[in-house]
Parts: sequence; structure tokens; C-alpha cells
Amino acid sequence: MTTSTLVFLLALTAVFIVFIALGIFWAIKSGQFEDMEGPAQRILMDDDDPMLPSNQGEQNVPKHKSKLQ
Amino acid sequence: MAEQCYHCGQPIPKGYNYRVCLENADREMCCRGCQAVAQSIVDNGLVEYYRSRTAMPVSGQEVLPDEIKKLALYDHPEIQRSFVIDAGEHHKEAVLILDGITCAACVWLNERHLKQLDGVIGAEVNYSSHRARISWDERAISLSRILQEIQLLGYNAHPYNARQADQLRKTQRKKDLQRIAIAGIAASQVMMLAVGLYAGAWYGIEANTMHLLRWFSLILTIPVVLFAAWPFYRSAWSGLRSGHLNMDVPVALAILTAFMGSVWVTVMGGTHVYFDTVGMFTLFLLATRLLETGAREKSVEAAENLLKLQPAMAMRVQNGQQEYVPVLDLLMGDCILTKAGETIAADAVVVDGVSSVDESLLTGESRAVAKRVGDSVIAGSVNLEGPLTLEVSGVGENTVLAGIVRLVDKAQSEKPKIAQLADRVAAWFTLGLLVFAVVVGFAWLWADSSRAFEIVLAVLVVTCPCALSLAVPAALAAAGSHLIKRGILVMRGHALETLSQVNHVVFDKTGTLTIGKPEIISVVTFGLADEAQCSMIAASLERASEHPLAHAFLRRVDAGEIPEACSPRNAPGQGVSGEINGMQYTLGNREFAASSHGHSDVVLQDEFPGATLVWLCDAEHILAVFVLADPLRSDARQAVEALLVQGIDVSILSGDSAAAVGHVAQQLGVKNWHSQQKPQDKLTQLQALQAQGKVVAMVGDGVNDAPVLAGAQVSFAMGTGTDVASQSSDIVLLSSKLGDVAVALETGKAALKVMRQNLLWAAVYNLTALPFAALGYISPWVAALGMSISSLIVVMNALRLR
Repeated sequence: MTTSTLVFLLALTAVFIVFIALGIFWAIKSGQFEDMEGPAQRILMDDDDPMLPSNQGEQNVPKHKSKLQ
Repeated sequence: MAEQCYHCGQPIPKGYNYRVCLENADREMCCRGCQAVAQSIVDNGLVEYYRSRTAMPVSGQEVLPDEIKKLALYDHPEIQRSFVIDAGEHHKEAVLILDGITCAACVWLNERHLKQLDGVIGAEVNYSSHRARISWDERAISLSRILQEIQLLGYNAHPYNARQADQLRKTQRKKDLQRIAIAGIAASQVMMLAVGLYAGAWYGIEANTMHLLRWFSLILTIPVVLFAAWPFYRSAWSGLRSGHLNMDVPVALAILTAFMGSVWVTVMGGTHVYFDTVGMFTLFLLATRLLETGAREKSVEAAENLLKLQPAMAMRVQNGQQEYVPVLDLLMGDCILTKAGETIAADAVVVDGVSSVDESLLTGESRAVAKRVGDSVIAGSVNLEGPLTLEVSGVGENTVLAGIVRLVDKAQSEKPKIAQLADRVAAWFTLGLLVFAVVVGFAWLWADSSRAFEIVLAVLVVTCPCALSLAVPAALAAAGSHLIKRGILVMRGHALETLSQVNHVVFDKTGTLTIGKPEIISVVTFGLADEAQCSMIAASLERASEHPLAHAFLRRVDAGEIPEACSPRNAPGQGVSGEINGMQYTLGNREFAASSHGHSDVVLQDEFPGATLVWLCDAEHILAVFVLADPLRSDARQAVEALLVQGIDVSILSGDSAAAVGHVAQQLGVKNWHSQQKPQDKLTQLQALQAQGKVVAMVGDGVNDAPVLAGAQVSFAMGTGTDVASQSSDIVLLSSKLGDVAVALETGKAALKVMRQNLLWAAVYNLTALPFAALGYISPWVAALGMSISSLIVVMNALRLR
């Protein structure tokens, strides 16, 4: 009785392990470990600032404007 | 009034007035470059940058029309071939090295701005390697335009030619991460099962359940032993084959014996399995090694990023026809034309033209060297004044530069190797242990054969050199990561051990103790015109010249107000002359400045030893003398004092003139200095010191320092220096702060202390446990627990260094 429960749980573990391993391998392959500092810093930048209602109209940024044009 | 530039944080010189309206307030800037950069940041709606940044950027530079012309060369398909990838029809991709990234906000600024441009499909900047991967649609935007936009933001972008070595390193790192992932997943699961097994051993467990748990652990451990631990076997095997017992021999042995023993117990029955130990041990070792190689890779990447822009193309002259060809296609005897401002592509002899070149790449001293027909020039130096026609005398491996790199290799291979000592000790320890285990095994076979296997296993496990083999790498990894946070990159692990023994530090002068770029430190006027007028005239004359000193003049004045000089004439190696508002002026050395004859420079030269004097004259009188010198780094004096206080000798070796070196030495209070040293001389001086029994640390930056850096027991390169210098040194000071030398020395001492404690602890633990295990008083599970705890203690002790 207890043995069969244990066999089921161990099988479940095996399935989980395979999924975890596949997930990590995919993450490694897609280069998620190449820059370990950037993403942590990037999340702190307020990219959506101009979209906030309080900032709209004040910072009306054209799609592209530069001195070279 | 703000005293610091809002953009770059440099002090604003008096009387300067550059403003940019930013967030509803006028901000003061220190120069036109910063003003231009700040303005384009505002214009593009990227003001957020100023709110988020955590470090100041480098001062902005004005984008000159000449630079833009040079960038246009990158649109040439021949040049693009070497670094641009076709990612689809009209869809191109390239990796660029970004100069000037100081904080995360810089990354955001570049990404945001580039993504706003029409035609740019993707822009990702890697914060740790300072490299940007850009993809664009070539119908909508050209590469040179992208490079220009980056320059407008105050950064410099160089195309990065992803070399094979780099590709190899990347796949290697991915493989290492995979091994760690496997070891981590397996170790955590096996440890969970081990909790059940330990509890079972204490409270009793059904035989079926125990077998199930053991078999499951065994299956989980197979990938660890076969895949994750593979590098240890390979290194151990190659060590054994070449007749060396390295640290990986005991490691491989420990993993294999613990695994085999456990398999034996699982199949044949027994009291304890060690699958959890195998997983944890492999995971720990792989992780410390990854930290170690990570630190080294980071420094190699940083060094590669410092590669100065080498020309990829040269203009070849053949049968009166001029055409751009890739430098790789140049042959000996080809004629190439190098215009003013261009980098010379190959070693060559001048066949036509007169000019001067900046050989600072090789000599470390940035001054113009005059070149005439028959003189030879070296690849990588910059042609400053007139066009030169050159006959190629050496390309690729035959260049002077390649020769210096070979000298570096040679010096490096002769380096004393203290680091191997720990390896050898551990190896002999293991050998002794194996012999002991065999003796114990035979003794028990004779006394009580049923317990022999169990006891030999306990002996092997309890004395497993895990703690011993973790002792040094764990301390090195912890100290390395502590130093990296301060911008000090340790390229080679042994450097930390050597640091603690250093008792003599040798500095290079130019670029190391000094900034490396001449500045005007004083203007002496003679009552005919005031300082501002003289500066303006000088800047006007210098604007035509690409001379390394010209920038020092141009920085002093507002570029928009410089009057136009008529009929400027450039006399290579002497000076410039021209007509401004109908008056004839000359600016140059004393012989060149026509009316300075008869006026002695002895007094001035005494007042400013080692400085370069530039004379400004009109048709009849001397108007002013500009005194140019290479200023000391602001922290040079403190750094030298800190070393002297610690009882470490300091000396200076420089290729510069005696007066200049002597002046610097006097300012710093250094008694021991040598001037006019060629790379070979520096190496000889260094070896003389070493012969006296000194352990020498060398601090340098130039290609000319590279052989000495490689020859010193431990060496530091400035992060702003040449890449050859950083590659031949053990430690790179990324922030170029001289005070970091003393910090590194202290960390080295602390690391050595921790290493000694660790080795002592491991040895004491092993030696005490050994007799008990041999006599059969330690059951295998206690042995496994003891081993894990001793390894943990070693790792924890090392972590104190962070």
C-alpha cells in the first residue's frame, strides 16, 4: 500500500524533473544567462513614463526626431 | 551657479556658458560636447536617463564632419562582410562594442533611442559585456547612420568582429551551465530522498521502501556522474597522462569511489549509500569553478572591448589607380595611401610625403613623431598631418605589434608558479591516502573480512579530499567576486596568492600615474595680448591640425567663436602657421616660431620641468607660451603613500624623458625611478629587482609595458589602457583608480589567510577522522555527514571574504 503510493510519487517527481531540466536547458540555450546584471537594472527604468495620464501632453515625443535630419 | 557639469559631472571652467533647458530648468554644461549630447537626449524625449542614472558618463564630444565621413566607410559591403550577418532579405544584424557605458541607464538610453529610429528592428545592449546586438532593415537605415546616432548620445560604437575564440567561449559557458543545472536538480532531489533514508536508518524502514529510494537515487545520480562531473575526469586524465597528480585526480577519485561504492551497496545490500554526497560535491565544485571562469571571461571581454578601432580597409595604389581593399588582402611591397587622421594599416616605409604620426599605441607617449621619405611606420599608429604614400613592409604576424605580443608570451611562460604548490601537496596527500586505504583494507581482510569493504569505504569517504580541494578555489572565487564589485578584475587565479607577498610595486608613468593626455597647465603671456585672445588664436591655428596636442587647445575655447585662419600651413613635427584677420601668426616649437629667436626658454623649462612648451608669435613678437604637461591622476599621490605606509617599495619605469619622469617622481615622493626605458630595458630592470629577491607587482597600461607586465610576479593593467596590456596582466583595474592597487593587495592578504585556515581545517579534520575510521569506529553515514560539514565549513569561511 505505502509502496505503491511511493512509486506514484517518485514517478511524478521524475516527470517534474524532466520538465525542470528541459526548462532550464531552454533558458540556457536562449541566452538568458548571458547578461546577469542588465535585466535586474532594466526593470527599474520607467519606460512607460510618457504614457502616464499625468505626464501626457507634457512630453509629446515625436516618433523620431534627431539633429541629423 | 552650479559648479559641476549637469551631464558629465566635471567641474565647469570659469566663464563658460553652455546651457540646456532640461525639465523646466536651465542646466549648466562644461563644454559644447556635453551640451550637444544633452540636447539630443532632450530632443529625443529621453530625459528619464538623468533621473535614473547611478554613475556619470564620460564628457561628450562634438561630432565632427570628418568622423561622419569615416563612419560612412562602414556602409561599404566589403567592410561589412567581416562583422555583419544577413538575417534575411534586407535584414542585417551586427554586434557593436559600446564605449562609455557607465550604468544601467546608459543601456536604457541606447536601447530606447535606437528602437525609436525608423528601420531599426531590434537593439539589445548587454550590460555586463557592453556589447549591443543591433538588427536593422537596410532599405530604411544604414549602419553608419546607426553609429552616428549612438555618437550623438555621447557613446562610441565600434563594430565587433565575433571571433572564433569568442564563439567557443560562449558554447563552453552554456555547457558549464548545463552541467551545473543537471548537478543541481539531481543533487536537490537525491538529498530529499536521503532525508528519508537517514530517517529510516534511525527509526527503521521497510526493506522495500529503502530499496526503492536507493534505486531512484542511483538513477538520478547517473547523469551527474556521467555528464556533470565529466570535466574533472578529463582534467585528471590529462594530468595523469602527462605525469602530474593535479587537484582533479582526488576529485575524480572521490566522485567515482563514492558512486561505485553506493552502487555496490544498492545492488548487493549494505548499510549506507552516498548518492547525496556525490551530487552535492559535484555541484559545489562546478559552482566555484564557474565563478572563477566567469571572472576571467569578464576580464577577457572587457579587454577585447578596449580594442582600439583598427582599420579594416586600406587604400591601395596600383598602376596609378586607387581602390579600397581589405587589410587582409595587402601583400608585402604593395603601396598604400594613408590620409591625415587615418590609422596606418600595416608596417610600412614612407615612399612619398612628409607627416608626423602618433605612435602612442606602441610607446605609451602621445606625441607626434616626424616621418619623412625612407622612415618606417608601424601598424596601428595614426597619421597626423599630411597624406603619406607607404610601401608595405610587414602585415599580420610580421608586424612590430605581433612581435611584442610574442615577447609577452615568452615572458609569461617564464613566470614563477606558486599556485601549483597547493595542487601538488593535495595530490601527494591523496596518494598517501590511497596507500593507507589499501593497507587498512588488507588489515581488516585478515582480521574480520566481513567488515573490510564497509571500513575501506568509510576511510575513503571520511578522508575524501573534498574540503581540501574546495579550500583554495572557494577562497579564490569569493575574493574574486569581492574585487569585481570594486571594478578590479582578477584574470588569473594565482595572482591573489602572489599579491600577499608583494614587497615592491613598479609603476609606468604615462597613462598610469598620469592621465596620458597632455593638458595646458599654464599660459605665460608677455603683455601684448591677454590669455583669452591668445587661446583663441592658438585654437584657430590648431583646428587645422590632427596633432595630439591640438585637442588640448580646442578644449579651452568655444568652438563656435574660433576665428577662421586663412592659408594655414602645417610644418610636420614643428608647428602650424596661418593668417587671422590679416595678421600672420605662428604656433610651434621654439625653432619654428619665427620671432622667438633670441628668447631663451631656460627659465620656463626650469619652472615646468618635463613640460612641452608651445610658442605663439605674430610677425614680430612673442605673444604667449603655452605650457603643456600630462597631469597626474588625482589619486596617484594617495595610492603611492598608501603603499609606502604598508612598507612596500615603489619605483617608476617610463619611456619618457628624464625631466618629465623626475618631476613626477618628485611630486609623488618616489626616490627610485628610471627614464627612457624601452620595453626590453624595462624587463631587464624588473628582472634585476627579482634577482634581489623582491616580489614585484607592475602597474602599466601601454603595449610597451606588456612584456614587463607579463614578466612581473603579479601585474595590474589600467582599464583604459591597450588590450595587449590587459591581456598580459593578472589583474585589470576597470575603474582606472590607482588606489585599487592597495585594495587588491589587502584582499590578497585576506584571501591567503582564509586559504591557510581552510587547508589547516581540512588537514586537521582528515587526520583526526582517519584513525577512527580505520579502526571501524565511524559508521559510513557519520563519515558522509562529517565530510559534508567539513566542506560546508570551508565554503562558509571563504564567503567571509565577500
